[in-house]
Amino acid sequence: MNDFLILMKPELAVTVIIFLLLFIKLGKGMSNGNMLLLIQGLLLLNFALGFVLLDEGSLFGGLYKTSLLMAFQKNLLNLGVFLISLLFADWFKKSEHLPEYFMLMLSALLGMFFLISSGNLLMFYLSLELASIPVAAMANFDLHKKISSEAAMKMILSSAFSSGILLFGISLVYGATGTISFDELPAVINGGGLQVMAFIFLFAAFAFKLSIVPFHFWTADVYQGSPAPTAAFLSVISKGAFAFIFLTALYKVFQPLHATWYNLIMVLAVVTMLVGNLFALRQQQIRRFLAFSSIAQVGFILVALLSNSPSGTTAIVYFVLIYIFSNLAAFAVAGTIESQTGKTTVNDYKGLYQSNPFLCWMMALALFSLAGVPPTAGFFGKLFLITAGAEQASYLFVIVVALNLVISLYYYLRIVRAMFMDKNEHPLPVMTVQFPVKLGLILCAAGIVLTGLISWIYDYIQLLS
Amino acid sequence: MNLLLLILVPLATAIAVLLMPGKTQVRWAALTGAVVQLVLSGGLLMAYRAARMAGQTTQMLFEQQHKWFPGWSISFHLGVDGISVAMILLTSFVVIAGVLISWNIEKMTKEFYFLLILLSLGAYGFFMSLDLFLLFFFLEVAVIPKYLLIGIWGSGKKEYAANKLALLLMFGSALVLVGILGTYFGTDIKTFDMMSLSAIHIAPDVQKICFPLLFVGFGIFTALFPFHTWVPDGHSSAPTAGSMFLAGISMKLGGYGCLRVATALMPEGAKEYSHIIIILASIAILYGAFATMMQRDFKYINAYSSVSHCGFVLLGIGMLTKTAITGAVLQMVSHGVMTALFFAVIGMIYERTHTRQVDEMGGLLKVMPFISTVLFIVGLCSLGLPGLSGFAAEMTIFVGSWQNADAFHRIATVVACMSIVVTAVYILRAIGKVAMGPIKAANVNLTDANWYEKTAAIILVAGILAIGLAPSWLVNLVDPGADFIMQKIGVK
Repeated sequence: MNDFLILMKPELAVTVIIFLLLFIKLGKGMSNGNMLLLIQGLLLLNFALGFVLLDEGSLFGGLYKTSLLMAFQKNLLNLGVFLISLLFADWFKKSEHLPEYFMLMLSALLGMFFLISSGNLLMFYLSLELASIPVAAMANFDLHKKISSEAAMKMILSSAFSSGILLFGISLVYGATGTISFDELPAVINGGGLQVMAFIFLFAAFAFKLSIVPFHFWTADVYQGSPAPTAAFLSVISKGAFAFIFLTALYKVFQPLHATWYNLIMVLAVVTMLVGNLFALRQQQIRRFLAFSSIAQVGFILVALLSNSPSGTTAIVYFVLIYIFSNLAAFAVAGTIESQTGKTTVNDYKGLYQSNPFLCWMMALALFSLAGVPPTAGFFGKLFLITAGAEQASYLFVIVVALNLVISLYYYLRIVRAMFMDKNEHPLPVMTVQFPVKLGLILCAAGIVLTGLISWIYDYIQLLS
Repeated sequence: MNLLLLILVPLATAIAVLLMPGKTQVRWAALTGAVVQLVLSGGLLMAYRAARMAGQTTQMLFEQQHKWFPGWSISFHLGVDGISVAMILLTSFVVIAGVLISWNIEKMTKEFYFLLILLSLGAYGFFMSLDLFLLFFFLEVAVIPKYLLIGIWGSGKKEYAANKLALLLMFGSALVLVGILGTYFGTDIKTFDMMSLSAIHIAPDVQKICFPLLFVGFGIFTALFPFHTWVPDGHSSAPTAGSMFLAGISMKLGGYGCLRVATALMPEGAKEYSHIIIILASIAILYGAFATMMQRDFKYINAYSSVSHCGFVLLGIGMLTKTAITGAVLQMVSHGVMTALFFAVIGMIYERTHTRQVDEMGGLLKVMPFISTVLFIVGLCSLGLPGLSGFAAEMTIFVGSWQNADAFHRIATVVACMSIVVTAVYILRAIGKVAMGPIKAANVNLTDANWYEKTAAIILVAGILAIGLAPSWLVNLVDPGADFIMQKIGVK
């Protein structure tokens, strides 16, 4: 019983919060502001809880497994969700169904926790559904906007499609090997044709979730149409969770197929980076821009996967931590501007520095971190991803990856240029940055600056992996 | 002496600048920081000489090493030899002059000084790093301040120039990054530490791949032909202090990297490719000089002449003799001080005449005797008049080049020497048009330099004279460092 409580603590804590919110919703009379404050408090507590009472082990006959690294990964997601609750306060306060929104978000988070901890393809499939379906509902939460329902529709259809492919892949795996347990699979996978085919199907499902090219088509539309916090959740938390389980799948379960997935990942990394970068160059809508930039970032994550060693795991977990700070800050600034003025294009940002220097510096810091420019943490994150991958790769590949860094700098600078350099007779009006948003942005900025310079965070992750 | 101070002082200055309430306080905070930096680097010079006098013969002095990402064998490893001390001294001279010359910047003063100081922080760190990763970190720290300085405070096609600069320099960094990773994975010891790497023999096939990557990557920063195109646009669009920092400090990052990282760590690669380096450098020297002849814009004149002058640095490195390498370092320092002063003077003139077209000026000696005198000094330095720093540096390079006895090196030396004639032509013509002749009616009421402009100019003129009149102290300073590099090159 004690095992159950301690090992499943992250999941239990989130479940308790979900039920708490449900009961509060059933009772009545709580303003949005107070509700949000309560939620932020609970999420902070949840994050703090993630640091204590850690243990390793497995439950339910290997269906559920956890380790210190997994607990850390889950807590990273907790941190991200807490930051979201701060950063999008503008949108939350206007929302008509605040508790429901958070119940859905936490359900998805719960799904991701189980996903990270799954020790069996069945468990994997169930938690993947739990992590996806609520997000589709979250995408539909701008109830008055047509584009929001469209985003939700696209999301649910592509999710369903990828689930179908995944299920087919799982049945092939079972057919080819006779087991679906993560522990037993490595021993029975020998690289037979059917197994490779099954693996490709599983891989496609991952590719959908991580928006790896050519499975990325839903990304830009969904990011643009859904509410800002949903887009942020999808691009950061969801990407992070799937990257973590992808690590387990490739490094542990499908290790015998290393030769197959190595080439696959190498090609897809380059293609994903290039497509993300090239499309991001031309985007006018900030959210679409961030969508393609996040596709390019996934390309860099794939580079580190090539390392096939603990250094790859470390680099990816570290990068996700930095990515949480950087991308959330970028989405938050875009979200704040959107919810106060309704403006969403790069042109609207022209001359923004004259009226809103704070937001501009935060955006610039976030973009520099995404571009991987020092002294921001993004520099360290990107470099370690590339270094991890470079160990197993050719010079040509590393040069292509490094050149992609240059391309990506170009489009991040486009936004910076619009904000700081372009002249505008009528820049956007002065915006009030609410306290939670300000706090969240400052936390992100601190994260962006300090996570890189202070190396013990990296050392700690390395110790775990 | 604790080298960390040279990073912490600019950092503290940058933070202080951010915290100051008014523009005047910002300026004084920045100036105070710059003075402290100058004092520190002067102190470093004294401490370094005292340590060498006392018989310390290790390659690097004042070393300190702190744990930083031990998982990748990265460490926060600082240390200096004479070459670094010379570059640090140069940086602190240019910083204080740059801060003074920007005294009248009214647009976003706080941000301007913050970025300027951040740029200097990157340079100090770069010149002291003994770890490839740390070095790369500081190299890139400087890119974004440059971009913003040009893009926000610049003039002309500033957005285009800023983009071109940032992307080309990023491209250079990307090549450097690949070279560094290749070095890291190419050895058995798997470390980024430069001292450990220089103690072992890096396999020749690794050197053959990584040397060009590193050399071209760093070379882009120092206007290696044909990647020099960011130089004219970037320099001429940047605000005065921005040009001073770009030409005076940033371009030297490249030269220093070519020497310290590419050549010193991979001597066999350097030997393999030295012909190509010499050819490219000679082209840059001649092409830069001829291109300058065609310019009418005063800033473009100095920008293109920087391409030519920085070609000498690469030429000196490519010649691979001790004298030539010493000359290359001398040229870096000399050109840094000289070009910073040149840009400062051009900025002062532009402030008053509001034009940079040489043809539209004339007779300025009558109304601004101080500025014109400084212009003469810096112009003569640029064309290599004995007694000023340019002569000492270029002469050393030529002597060093001539030590290679074969026809190829001799021809390259002669070609490079010829550029001096061209330089004399464009410099004398430009100065003549600006300072001599009849004065335009619109220019009669112009005023001479202010106190801050005078101070900045005097500081830099002092630098030029100190190198030009008594180059031996700088040569002696650089000497042990050049010796160690030659030892590496000499050992097969």
